[in-house]
Amino acid sequence: MPAVRRAPTGRPVEGRAKVEDEESAITARDVRKSYPGAPPEAGLNGFDLRVAAGSVCGLLGPNGAGKTTAIRILSTLLEMDGGRASVAGFDVRTQGRRVRERIGLVGQYAAVDEILTGRQNLVMFGRLNRLPAPAARRRADELLERFALTGAGTRPVGGYSGGMRRRLDLAASLVVSPPVLFVDEPTTGLDPAARQEVWTAVRELVDAGTTVLLTTQYLEEADRLADRVCMLAAGRVAAEGTPEELKSAVGGDRIEIVFSGPADTQAALPVLARAASGELSVETAAYRVGVPVAERTRALVRVATALNEAGIEPEDITLRRPTLDEVFLRLTGDDRTEARV
Amino acid sequence: MNAAVQPRSAGPLPARSDDSPPLRFARALADSWTITLRDLTHWARRPGTVVVGWVFPVMIVLIFGGLFGGAIEVPGGGDYFEFLMPGMFTMTMLFGLETTMMAVTTDAARGVTDRFRSLPMSSSAVVLGRCAADMLNSVVGLAVMTAAGLLLGWSWHGGAGAALAAVGLLLLLRFALLWVGIFVGLAAGGPETVSAVQILVWPVGFLSGIFVDADTMPAWLGAIAEWNPLTATASATRELFANPGMGADSWVEQNAVLMAIVWPVLITAVFLPLSARTFRKLKA
Repeated sequence: MPAVRRAPTGRPVEGRAKVEDEESAITARDVRKSYPGAPPEAGLNGFDLRVAAGSVCGLLGPNGAGKTTAIRILSTLLEMDGGRASVAGFDVRTQGRRVRERIGLVGQYAAVDEILTGRQNLVMFGRLNRLPAPAARRRADELLERFALTGAGTRPVGGYSGGMRRRLDLAASLVVSPPVLFVDEPTTGLDPAARQEVWTAVRELVDAGTTVLLTTQYLEEADRLADRVCMLAAGRVAAEGTPEELKSAVGGDRIEIVFSGPADTQAALPVLARAASGELSVETAAYRVGVPVAERTRALVRVATALNEAGIEPEDITLRRPTLDEVFLRLTGDDRTEARV
Repeated sequence: MNAAVQPRSAGPLPARSDDSPPLRFARALADSWTITLRDLTHWARRPGTVVVGWVFPVMIVLIFGGLFGGAIEVPGGGDYFEFLMPGMFTMTMLFGLETTMMAVTTDAARGVTDRFRSLPMSSSAVVLGRCAADMLNSVVGLAVMTAAGLLLGWSWHGGAGAALAAVGLLLLLRFALLWVGIFVGLAAGGPETVSAVQILVWPVGFLSGIFVDADTMPAWLGAIAEWNPLTATASATRELFANPGMGADSWVEQNAVLMAIVWPVLITAVFLPLSARTFRKLKA
């Protein structure tokens, strides 16, 4: 796990809002937002967040958990009903323009002009970011090269593949280097190769000091990219921590054993129960038993020995950490997949 | 994608806002121009769409002037084609509303509007740029219609000053409709809703003095048609071009030029703030 990176924090600027924590690039306190006609859990219900400067925070949650709402509020696109938020030291509500000068936004849908070419798009966004025309053109060419789009730069974006479009979208938000980047579901609908490309690009930005707030439905993505993960459910943060911390929080390590038949499985259950640090989980049809254990390898030896003494030979035995998926399912109360003994 | 890590200094730093009003104004203009250029580039990339937009009203002129015209009599005894052309100029302005609506909705639906709103650019530039491009489009549209009209035998009989004033009134109406288009386009939420609105353009056009004299309609329909803002512009341009006009001598007809100013100003006063508000509070 990389240690939390320190970013070149923005120089002090007059009129900077007082923030509770100088080190955090993004702060949200009790942010609320409801949509007319929608149930309250569709918006945000007391959303709290702190993202350290130079780190990647992954906002994780199912569709409708409020991920996009959070990003839209923090990037000044949407007004909040209540609460406070600051980005790069400026109040989102009252200093929107200063916030917009310091953020980049990569939307869920490629927010580039489909009729213009890739290069025309980048030049336009450069001009709108107040680069003089020659500098905007130079920057456009640089970015096209960096995102492997040089050849496609003269073609209209309408003909780009999903991955190319997302890369152009990313490039468009980097025309000027923003200290804070919001990335809303960057790889939804992309094939694995394109997903890999987007991940590399995001990782490079973070290495260069940008703070990133990333929303995703893919736990793997959060595991790969994020220093810290916030799990969002019904408009508030249900759990927060490093991916490792979250995995430990749902019960730490487990030994998974697969038996060759129902008789072995039944015979093994009392033996395993003695070695377990918690409830066993049994998948009867697959002859699979999950054993939560406190100490990793020592427990593995003990379980193997106990099974051996009982004369039971398992098909397979593995030691594993829980995945973020399990953390997520546990938090959202959806553990129908496991039958409890 | 294995390019070496880009040092942070390689990218230009974001611009910082300078709050002096003249500078902000200059920037708003520069941003608007960038957006206008974007729209003009769209014309160059998709010439078909724009050209069809210019030629379509000419087609309607041919249909009404050539096919239906023979059966329509102008109550004042003038030539129907001379009566129709100023109405069709007005109708061209109304067609422009669709262009605006479609462009605005498409940008909003695709996320382009959100990208603009997340930039430190002047927020009025997005609409001002659109405004400039659409007005330019309508100027070209009017020129095409004028050329077609002249070829087909229409002409103005008043002075050049009056003719220019007529063009001014037409563009004023277009300006007012622009804000309707931006508001509806932003509020619509998708191209599907816009196509529903597009159909409404026709009854609004027919229920006016554009194609026929409101006097020939049943009294209650005629009254609605007379008060239709499109009628005011059509009648005012007929008057200024010295083309045959409607026979009615109601107050609105007598004050067509005045109403051709009042209506667009009223429409702008309602829809400009509405569009600005919707733009700031977009939520889709």
